[in-house]
Amino acid sequence: MKAIVWQGTNHVGVETVPDPTLLLPTDAIVKITSTAICGSDLHLLDGVIPSMEKGDILGHEFMGEVVEIGRDVKRLQVGDRVVVPFNIACGVCDPCRRGLFSACDNSNPNHRMAEALYGAVSGGGLFGYSHMYGGYAGGQAQYVRVPFADIGPHKIESDLRDEQVLFLTDIFPTGYQAAENCAIVPGRDVVAVFGAGPVGQFAARSAQMLGAAHVIVIDRVPERLSMAEAAGCQTINYEQDDVMVALREATGGRGPDHVIDAVGMEAHGHGPGAIVDTAKQRLKLSFDRITALRWAIMSCAKGGTVSMPGVYGGLIDKLPMGAAFAKGLTFKMGQTHTQRHIAPLLGRIEAGEIDPSFVITHRATLDDAPELYKTFRDKHDGCIKVVLDPWG
Amino acid sequence: MTPADSPPDPSSGQPSSAPPPPSSTGAHMAPAERSVVGTLGVALMGAGLRGGTPLQKLVLGSVGAGLAAMAATGRNPLATALKIRQTQSGDVLVSDAVTIGRPADDLYAHWRDLASLPRVMTHLQRVDVLDETRSRWTVTAPTGEVSWEAEITADEPGRRLAWQSLPGAAIDNAGEVLFRPAPGDRGTEVIVRLTYRPPGGTAGAVLARVAGEEPAQQLRDDLMRFKREQELGFAPTTEGQSSGRAAAGRIA
Ligand SMILES: [Zn+2]
Ligand SMILES: [Zn+2]
Repeated sequence: MKAIVWQGTNHVGVETVPDPTLLLPTDAIVKITSTAICGSDLHLLDGVIPSMEKGDILGHEFMGEVVEIGRDVKRLQVGDRVVVPFNIACGVCDPCRRGLFSACDNSNPNHRMAEALYGAVSGGGLFGYSHMYGGYAGGQAQYVRVPFADIGPHKIESDLRDEQVLFLTDIFPTGYQAAENCAIVPGRDVVAVFGAGPVGQFAARSAQMLGAAHVIVIDRVPERLSMAEAAGCQTINYEQDDVMVALREATGGRGPDHVIDAVGMEAHGHGPGAIVDTAKQRLKLSFDRITALRWAIMSCAKGGTVSMPGVYGGLIDKLPMGAAFAKGLTFKMGQTHTQRHIAPLLGRIEAGEIDPSFVITHRATLDDAPELYKTFRDKHDGCIKVVLDPWG
Repeated sequence: MTPADSPPDPSSGQPSSAPPPPSSTGAHMAPAERSVVGTLGVALMGAGLRGGTPLQKLVLGSVGAGLAAMAATGRNPLATALKIRQTQSGDVLVSDAVTIGRPADDLYAHWRDLASLPRVMTHLQRVDVLDETRSRWTVTAPTGEVSWEAEITADEPGRRLAWQSLPGAAIDNAGEVLFRPAPGDRGTEVIVRLTYRPPGGTAGAVLARVAGEEPAQQLRDDLMRFKREQELGFAPTTEGQSSGRAAAGRIA
């Protein structure tokens, strides 16, 4: 089959690789009908995420048709149309039973690597996202092996198009969970979202769905800001405006009640802090550049929430903890528990509350993917979200 | 916890009796070990002074000086730095814990069936049960098979199992597993503590660690394997999945 393969830092390519096979009786094989490139795939391209190996198949946002099931798979049948969460969960461990699917104790065979970096017990495995997260082959391919097939994949029984349900695999639940973590008081709370990439877009619209009185989106890329404006959000371009002043003005001096950092570790930004971050990241002294997080903490209203769907990888210093303490902020963060959001969010799509396909700017085939990784990384050509047809 | 220092008391039945706490002042060296390490240190310092490139001189000299200092102070800072823990009697202590979503009685039963232990503890080749309390343990070592006899020193169904090697073992060792109800409905906390007297003392333990034989990591892996066997009934794997590496191999 055809697959997008990591060939080294700043190199991805299309290769012909063997078709996946069932490795365990709880596996299924899915023929992929649609797959996407995620912002966090760019961290793999950049080589910021450790423990990638040449030849790894990328991709964690995909859906398709079940073509083969192991003998212990009970809830799926050949022919089912499914969306597959990007995180892999066993469904029986204590975190899984509490709905903390991304924290699964059992699904990462390389628990050792993650424990060395993060202590305690590792989180669950991820598709196509380094060996630290299990080394599972990803879904930017024509077929994929789906482990724990009774737990993750969710059947799509309505006639919604792929493009309307594909993002249930990651960016929609990720944006939604970020907004949910803010515990928004409907009709009262103002929410600011740093970063208007795909996750920021879904976080902003989810905040609206959860009743935010006002949503403000901060970015520097005009197309991204226009997309947020189209949803009725106020926008701030941080290259043209002083973010802190603009946010105070927009909130009567209080600051947003909740701030979502949908940027994560690769924030661009200004000032000495940003320069130090970039230098340290280049020197591998730090994984993270944290401009967005600093702004989030500094701008947030007293008693507010800083919600972090953006990915952080390592150690962070020069964090304004004094501000966080003085204002009594709550921090909420972590990988998305995708499995628990799919059914309710699918319900919202079916009810016509949201059509997630709004975020797509580029459609292409697997052969075009290596070029589109770069287009997406450089934010050229108005690129916000790329969907790939593996059979095109 | 070596047989010589602290004779076992099978009748004590003390719940959760822990091995002596690890030394808190760094890993102490036995006198014989001090003299061996001291001799090696002085020899290396001498070699460093005699010749070689400046870098070799520096490396040999400083390693030598370090070993000599270890011998002089009776402490093994390398062992301390590598988090090699020791009991008061000088044995190496390895311990770890895992919470498993199963009743303590089930987990205890699996552990009590000693012959099945190699399924969980993969460095064990086999365990032959000799009678109610005695068993023969076999591991594969770089030098071939090593085996010793062990005896169960405490057996509290559903709570605790302890064993230790009988005199004459190549490596004096002892171990215990505690089964403790986890708060809430989370199942059972399984705590394993192993002590052993490595050939070569703490220096031997450091060498083993540097050579990649890491009992602490092995124990961690074993406990995770046990948890997954008990909770899932199988081990998750990516062994044999497709990748660009497989394709490259096939073409070649
Ligand atoms: Zn993603
Ligand atoms: Zn789990």
